[in-house]
Amino acid sequence: MTQYLIRRLLIAIPSLLGISVILFTVLALAPGDPFEELATNPAVPPDVRAQLRASLGLDDPIHERYVSWLLAMLRGDWGYSFVSRIPVDQLIMQRLPTTVAVIGASQVLALCIALPVGVYAATRPYSIFDQIANTLAFVGFSLPTFFTGLLMILLFSITLDWLPFVYSTNITSSGWRWWWDHIRQAIMPVLVLGLFQGAAWTRYVRSAVLDVIRLDHVTTARAKGLPESRITMRHVVRNAMIPVVTLVALQMPAVFGGAIVTEQIFRVPGIGSLLISAILANDTPVIMAVTFVFAGLVIFFNLIADILYGWLDPRISYR
Amino acid sequence: MTEDHLREMIGRVKRGTLTRRGFVRRMAALGLTAPMATQLLAITGAAPAAAQSVPAYRPMRRGGGGALKILYWQAATLLNPHFAAGTTNQDAARVFYEPLAGWASDGTLHPILAAEIPSLENGGLAQDGRSVTWKLKRGVKWHDGQDFSADDVVFNWEYARSAAVAAVTSGSYRDVNVVKVDDHTVRVEFAQPTPFWADAFVAATGQMIPKHMFQGFAGANSRDAPANLRPVGTGPYRFVSFAPGDLLRGELNQNYHMDNRPFFDTLEIKGGGDAVSAARAVLQTGDFDYAWNMQVEDEILKRLEAAGRGKVNIVEGGGIEFVQLNATDPNREIDGERAHISTQHPAFRDPAVREAMALLIDRNALEQFIYGRGGPATANFLNNPPRFRSENMRWEFSIQKANDILDRAGWARGRDGIRAKDGVRLRFVYQTSVNAPRQRTQAIYKQAAQRAGIDLELKSVVASVFFSSDVANPDTYTKFYADVQMYTTTMPQADPERFMNQYVSWEISSKANSWQGRNIVRWRSEEYDRIFRAAQSELDPVKRAAMFIQLNDLVVGSNHIIPLVRRPTVSASLNNLRHVLSAWDGTLWLLGDWWRET
Repeated sequence: MTQYLIRRLLIAIPSLLGISVILFTVLALAPGDPFEELATNPAVPPDVRAQLRASLGLDDPIHERYVSWLLAMLRGDWGYSFVSRIPVDQLIMQRLPTTVAVIGASQVLALCIALPVGVYAATRPYSIFDQIANTLAFVGFSLPTFFTGLLMILLFSITLDWLPFVYSTNITSSGWRWWWDHIRQAIMPVLVLGLFQGAAWTRYVRSAVLDVIRLDHVTTARAKGLPESRITMRHVVRNAMIPVVTLVALQMPAVFGGAIVTEQIFRVPGIGSLLISAILANDTPVIMAVTFVFAGLVIFFNLIADILYGWLDPRISYR
Repeated sequence: MTEDHLREMIGRVKRGTLTRRGFVRRMAALGLTAPMATQLLAITGAAPAAAQSVPAYRPMRRGGGGALKILYWQAATLLNPHFAAGTTNQDAARVFYEPLAGWASDGTLHPILAAEIPSLENGGLAQDGRSVTWKLKRGVKWHDGQDFSADDVVFNWEYARSAAVAAVTSGSYRDVNVVKVDDHTVRVEFAQPTPFWADAFVAATGQMIPKHMFQGFAGANSRDAPANLRPVGTGPYRFVSFAPGDLLRGELNQNYHMDNRPFFDTLEIKGGGDAVSAARAVLQTGDFDYAWNMQVEDEILKRLEAAGRGKVNIVEGGGIEFVQLNATDPNREIDGERAHISTQHPAFRDPAVREAMALLIDRNALEQFIYGRGGPATANFLNNPPRFRSENMRWEFSIQKANDILDRAGWARGRDGIRAKDGVRLRFVYQTSVNAPRQRTQAIYKQAAQRAGIDLELKSVVASVFFSSDVANPDTYTKFYADVQMYTTTMPQADPERFMNQYVSWEISSKANSWQGRNIVRWRSEEYDRIFRAAQSELDPVKRAAMFIQLNDLVVGSNHIIPLVRRPTVSASLNNLRHVLSAWDGTLWLLGDWWRET
């Protein structure tokens, strides 16, 4: 097991290096620079811009910039935002709590919907419940989040005036009131993301359970006279969970990566909105840091998923 | 308008037979901006340059106004005014930092940290135009209790001009010399007689940072200054917290140097999102008091306004959406450079073609169906508020006339309906950035041109490429490798000198200057160059004014430039909010004077 872990971690190093090279090259080749706005401003002489570029090292050749970025990253220095002129890790840490809270809540919501609905629908295939669940799931994941988000804003904020649609990080109330204000403003983004994700997962859970429920060991368990609930929980769900775990684990980095569109609509100050504004402003260090951390998380959660398999299915061994 | 005529009018203002406002209006009718006109009066001693036009502030005591909530759909990312490139950052810094003076909406100077606006009478302006002396307001304190003095002003000059700091404001400071006269007086000295003296220490680029917080960081370490993110200024609100790209909070400054100000107890500037939902948050739900830069279709704004909670504010400035007809040939390559200055555009060198092109764009349709209140049609490049419209230039939309002109000039229709002459076909590539109103404008133009036998091939480039300075990219607007292009240019200052340098020959965009020259259309006119140079060193404001009028008429008259619509700034606010806006300065330029009517 330990040996397996070490081997997996060692394999991760070249893939992370490869990812960083690709990201860095693509960003360096992309058009535009962070001082575009200065270019259209006649009050700023061109040589001031040239000086700014030079002072941030933008004029060095790509490979030199990459090596210096890599060395700094290894030392734990994530770089320095061209646009905000502060270290990138500070920027990210400012955004992380909101992202984890909002996106995390939406993933939990998605799981809470997908697991029971998917399992129940699979145990009674083609029943009324299954049909309805299927239809709703299709509707759910075929509606894009920006559309459901706008619909919800129109309904709950503008027509009914129940919920605020501008997410505020500046809530001054205290005690229960504080919790309530936070929940109130998070309801819409969490619902939008959670229902979308939940719909997709429901379909997935259903098909995974359906695959297992027809297997011989389930029939055997039934023949033994075990109660239906015990069969479902112990013999079906546990075996059906392996593909689902992969899916959920791969989704986990998104909890830290944020949801670009939804965050933009509700003005949630998360990592997603940081990333999109950094991309629009050509703020390379921020884009690099966010995407690279994201890549790291994908690899990490993949590993977690592999370890979970062993717990779910003891036949899987690590060599 | 001759110089004598101008002198006579100024004489009438001095004698009192013509009001200042009447004078400004007449000047504006000649294509002279309001700020220029009032400066003209000030320099000739006919009127104080100080603003008379800031609305009355009524609250009788400081504070008690509750919270002021402002929404910017583009969020501020830093709070040091000397590093602030875009308006959002300049505005955010303006909450805490103040300049010596700001520009009011009528283009007059309004003293903020200055005791008075320099003029010839009060001895602030030197007769030879080589210096201006600012008297500082006494009793002004920084938020940490230290006194504001002339040392701070001198420090700001040193800081901004330092190459190591690489401040974006350096353009305003590196060609001047600043001398401390006494603790409350500074003198700005110019190498040449300078007619427009109100650049350094004024408006967005003039925001004062405290010497005692920044003096250890006035070099290559400027980015390490803690005060970059925790500003200590003199403004009406003190710093509370800042999350870059999200939220800026401030609280009332008990020691503010203006009586009874500010009105609000706390201030919150939220950033991010999109313009339409920002408009909703003010006009429809009333969650916010003010929303900045409403780049939203006018139809939608009108519908939201119907809710009756808020209103849309339109403030006229110098921004203009216009079309350029390339003076050089974009299809011939000379020394690895297309649109080389030694070439001539095969079709546009004929004035008849340019005139026809100017007749083929229906500005009325643009105003009515695309831009609405956010884009009134115009015939001028150098623009003013509507009531100050130039009389010299006119615009017209007539396909008939365009056809006649082209027929007369010998451009005959070919079998495919496209006109040609001597093997040159009237088929042009028309480029602009990706932006819905621009694509609709392109379509309107193309349709009309087709009926006059001109084929426009439409091309749209992603804004981040089009407006970039990327030397390797052929699609940038400064390279102009197309026959026709369209975009908006803004007037950063209340003086036309930096605006009108877009057509002088030494600013021509070329490979030699990495396409950083301001003259992108590559139009050349010896007369224009001569007048511009004369205006640059002309101290007599009357002569100088007459020169800028001529420059506008020259370039617009050439038809290489086709002005389309003016782009005023549009914002939304609640009905009961009393704000002071100006297009010649930032949105929050007089934030201390904002209050709420109950």
